[in-house]
Amino acid sequence: MRKKLLALALALVCAALPGCGGGTQAPAPQDPAPASNELRVGIAQDLDDTLDPHKTVAAGTREVLFNVFEGLVKPSPEGELIPAVAESWELSDDHLTYTFHIRQGITFHDGSPVTAGDAAWSLLRLADPQEADVAAVAALSAIASVETPDAATLVLTLSEPSPEFLSYLTAAVLPADYADQDTQPIGTGPFRFVSRTAQESVILERYDGYWGDLPALERVTYRIFENADSILLGIQAGAVDLFAHLTRTQAAQLPEDFLAAEGYMNLVQALYLNNAVEPFNDVRVRQALCYAVDVDALLDLAFDGYGFPIGSSMYPAFGKYYDPSLADLYPHDTEKAKALLAEAGYPDGFSMTITVPSNYQPHVDTAQVLAAQLEEVGVQAEIVPVEWGAWLEDVYQGRNFESTVIGVDAANMTARALLERFVSTAGNNFINYHSAAYDALFAAAQSAYDDAEQTAIYREMERNLAENAANVYLQDMADLVAVRKGLQGLQFYPIYALDLSTLYWAE
Amino acid sequence: MRIHLIKAREGGRAGGYVLRRLGALLVTMLAVSFLAFGAFSAISGSAASLRLGTQGTSEQAAALEAEMGLDRPLLARYGSWLLGFFTGDLGTSLSYRQGVGELLAGKAAVTLALSGLSFALIAALSLPLGLLSARLEGGPLDGLHTAFNQFCMAVPPFFTGILLSYVFGIALKLFTPGAFPGLDHPRQAARHLFFAALSIAIPRTAMTVRMLRGVITSELRRDYVRTALSRGQGRGAVLRRHVLRNALPPVVSFLAQTMAEIVAGGIVVEQVFGIPGLGRMLVASIGNRDYPVVQAIVVMLAFWVALAGTAADLVNARIDPRLRFSQAETGGPAA
Repeated sequence: MRKKLLALALALVCAALPGCGGGTQAPAPQDPAPASNELRVGIAQDLDDTLDPHKTVAAGTREVLFNVFEGLVKPSPEGELIPAVAESWELSDDHLTYTFHIRQGITFHDGSPVTAGDAAWSLLRLADPQEADVAAVAALSAIASVETPDAATLVLTLSEPSPEFLSYLTAAVLPADYADQDTQPIGTGPFRFVSRTAQESVILERYDGYWGDLPALERVTYRIFENADSILLGIQAGAVDLFAHLTRTQAAQLPEDFLAAEGYMNLVQALYLNNAVEPFNDVRVRQALCYAVDVDALLDLAFDGYGFPIGSSMYPAFGKYYDPSLADLYPHDTEKAKALLAEAGYPDGFSMTITVPSNYQPHVDTAQVLAAQLEEVGVQAEIVPVEWGAWLEDVYQGRNFESTVIGVDAANMTARALLERFVSTAGNNFINYHSAAYDALFAAAQSAYDDAEQTAIYREMERNLAENAANVYLQDMADLVAVRKGLQGLQFYPIYALDLSTLYWAE
Repeated sequence: MRIHLIKAREGGRAGGYVLRRLGALLVTMLAVSFLAFGAFSAISGSAASLRLGTQGTSEQAAALEAEMGLDRPLLARYGSWLLGFFTGDLGTSLSYRQGVGELLAGKAAVTLALSGLSFALIAALSLPLGLLSARLEGGPLDGLHTAFNQFCMAVPPFFTGILLSYVFGIALKLFTPGAFPGLDHPRQAARHLFFAALSIAIPRTAMTVRMLRGVITSELRRDYVRTALSRGQGRGAVLRRHVLRNALPPVVSFLAQTMAEIVAGGIVVEQVFGIPGLGRMLVASIGNRDYPVVQAIVVMLAFWVALAGTAADLVNARIDPRLRFSQAETGGPAA
């Protein structure tokens, strides 16, 4: 009986363990080398979101959809606007009327032609949303009228001139009144959406009807992993060819057939301070924290020395808008910090909390280093880790916090996208920043005709944030991309995007 | 005549018994679903603010909540969910915007495969090992193997999972950790699931072995065993005909409990191995505040646990008819 049972158990186990029955047969490699026209990208977050580009705000989703959708114009890696759905355009002498010429023969992924009507519908949907989950783009409400004299011509008239208006036309052009954009998106980009399987994969295929140069890759599979560490396992096991956003420590563990390409995350990481609560309603306290924090030491301790120190709500990829001198405004100086605290009535320091989203380790690490640095000037910081959903509700929407470490990014390539939120009345001014001078500057920037003039005003706004120590500005975080050797053509963008169209396998 | 009477009474009791079990099942599921719903409403964060992220404003979040119906009172929302559930409509996922049924069908299949495989491993390994362990009692290897058993019981599945991933995934390349090939590649999927199932099975198998050993050794010391052996019956026959029959009911109950535990252990192990099953979906959906998905999974899991309990009772009733009713109506043990 015993022997029979043992034999039965062994048989069962053998049946369950594939390859066991064959005895000597060698295990077949599970993931054969990638075909020359395919790519497997590892991503650490699920696209658990709508796939409608007008609705999604998740950076990870936008990064994938960048390849599926285009606006009238689209960004180049250099941060310039290049023609996309619109082949060309003219601006009237009074800077009020834009005439766009829709590209000849351009089609959506379902094969239907793109008309000026589709472009008009898309812009109006964003300017004045009728759906609660389409976030209004305030800048597009400057459109006073939309005309489509023929199927290939779109005429937009603005109520007032706006030098940065064109930047907002990177918004995706969608087929008018298509109902399944949430789950089966259709755009005009070089890749078309094939499928999404929750927590498993997203598949894109080259759109052979694309108007521009056809990508070399025919099929791209985004494989969804639990977290960055499990992607690393996937890389080591050969299941992934490319993975953006890995940390320095992870990069050190890459196998030999991988390279780490280096870029930046394009976000403003800071210790954001709630300017409405004590003691942060005192500018001297905020400045004291800026002096107390040593950004270089932070980068060394938590980021292996990688990262770009910044001094205001702007990062270097924004080119002309970025003012590098602001990063040096508050050199590390504990004596000065203590003096300022004493002046503000806190000679023995105070206690504060730093709320951090626990799902994002770099922010948690940053908070820990900051807490240690603040202790040197007598400030006791307690770290409160919260779940992302709770962070959004309590800290971001509810503004019920003292300080928080987070990275804020830009929805598009305008300075406005980063700076508008600190206007006193802005609905997303989660730090309760209040400066009459800042508000006046923002209003002036919006009515500035001239690009140079507007740029100067935006730079002044950045200086205002820095001098008033609205937040303790830290860095634009380093972004390392693991690339399998042989894969070429990777480009970095000033926004959160991974462009698949230029990638190819070299022999 | 008398036999007929007993059968009729048995049938009546059995029918009542099944009805009672079904009623208890329904009440349990209602309670579980309501508790889950209530707990979910109590925690901070909403699907609306998650959808808007760091670009939205609180006005937008409030408007979106109204559109999604999240601003209605708890009971009203629970009522509509329950109504939908009983009419076969699980609702639409707030995050994926897909029907919940469609979203979860594939995940449930994966979890079922993982749980089934784990259970098969536990059942197949623990019976022979339990008998072996009982045989070794008092022998020279006893100390060593109880220590080993103790060790297996103590190792948490996630740790074994990480270990197996490194050895069989990274070093031996038998599967790709984190990249589950999907059930439509059955061979590769089975290989992937096997190691996940193994990490779930190891501690539970060790526990079952220990339990089996205890029951068997104490049964073996009973008088009837000595009597049977002295009557000239072989040791194997005694074990099979008498000892196992008496030893099995507690083990079956334990295995039923194991079925429930497997699903709980699976939630963690699915994360370690990157297996896209219900457990991983549950964790993600809680983070997303996606209550239609969470509710559906919670109800499925509750159903599974209740089902395991019922199955154990029915199996035990077959093994030992005394267990069907509280008072003994049949004769002594396997006379």
